[in-house]
Amino acid sequence: MMDATRYRAPQASDLSMVDLDELVAIFHRASGITHLVASPVPELLIALSGRWLTLDGIEQEFELVDGNRAGLASIMDELVAAGLIERRA
Amino acid sequence: MKHVFGVQVGPVTFRIGSAWRKPITQLQALYRDYPKDGGVPDFTVRLAPLRPWRRWIRPAVAIGGDFVIPDAAPLPLDQGLLAAEMGMNLQMALGQRRFLLLHAAAVERDGCAIVLTGESGAGKSTLAALLQGRGWRLMADEFVLLDPMTGLIHPFPRPVSLKNDSIDVVARALPHSEWGPLISDTPKGTIRHLVPQAHAVAGAKSPARPRLLLFPRFCAAPDQRVVGAGEAFVRLTQASTNYVVLGERGFLALTRLVSDVTRVAIDYPDADTAAAMIEGLW
Repeated sequence: MMDATRYRAPQASDLSMVDLDELVAIFHRASGITHLVASPVPELLIALSGRWLTLDGIEQEFELVDGNRAGLASIMDELVAAGLIERRA
Repeated sequence: MKHVFGVQVGPVTFRIGSAWRKPITQLQALYRDYPKDGGVPDFTVRLAPLRPWRRWIRPAVAIGGDFVIPDAAPLPLDQGLLAAEMGMNLQMALGQRRFLLLHAAAVERDGCAIVLTGESGAGKSTLAALLQGRGWRLMADEFVLLDPMTGLIHPFPRPVSLKNDSIDVVARALPHSEWGPLISDTPKGTIRHLVPQAHAVAGAKSPARPRLLLFPRFCAAPDQRVVGAGEAFVRLTQASTNYVVLGERGFLALTRLVSDVTRVAIDYPDADTAAAMIEGLW
């Protein structure tokens, strides 16, 4: 059986996060890149900070009972592309 | 260089060297009341011919200095003063590390500052110049210097570069002002430099706490709207020439700025309307 895809965010010490009204500005120290994100991205980054979680694990963490798995996977893909999340198959 | 001029503008010193006398004479007149500086400058600008004989034959001024843009087109000698000003801007844009640079203007009253930012042609220079006649001290045009350590705006009161119709508008509003020469046929039309009022030059070492971030736009119908902190942050990262270079210092300085100030976009048809809007926001 194949292992499920897992995701991990940088340690909290690798990110500087500042609330700007309804948005959050994030400075990623490793890349020097600034990101401007909206909920649920900051919450995801905190939940995945320095630990690997599967999509199942993320859903449990956020108690996502309705389980919009495709939407969650799409957000994770965007965060991987932005360099804010690591993915391991 | 054959002709040299050293000057201090706020916290920054420049030395401009030129193969021709005329741009230096014009700089000496424009910066007559600024502190002169003969020491080791922060930035050097060189105005030189592309080839030795081009000093005399169809003279064309190439902008050199500590920081240069390769293949920048030279300017005719008639526009030598403009070349010097562009050279100074270039050094700041590419070389300044102590301050976060915002492409903006700033004015001050009671120790607090308004930062006026927006795209070229939005009217921020014109508005900043006109506010001088309404009790405001001009702190900066073109570059606003934000100190990442303190969050204060430091004055950088260079002459205000005004273009086309705004030259007459400001000349009528501020009839006793000092001006540089009229420079015609530039890529941006006619340009003339307005010397900031005496207290702006004298106060060039007095920083101010930013209180209002204004996105002005010259427009027939007056209007105003609050700008969200996120939008203001994005627009200012785009308006900064050294945000990326400053790394986390720039990030913290800019997030702090947009969090601390009132942020408003205004559409204004004339200076009276803009001044009334600003008084309402102040």
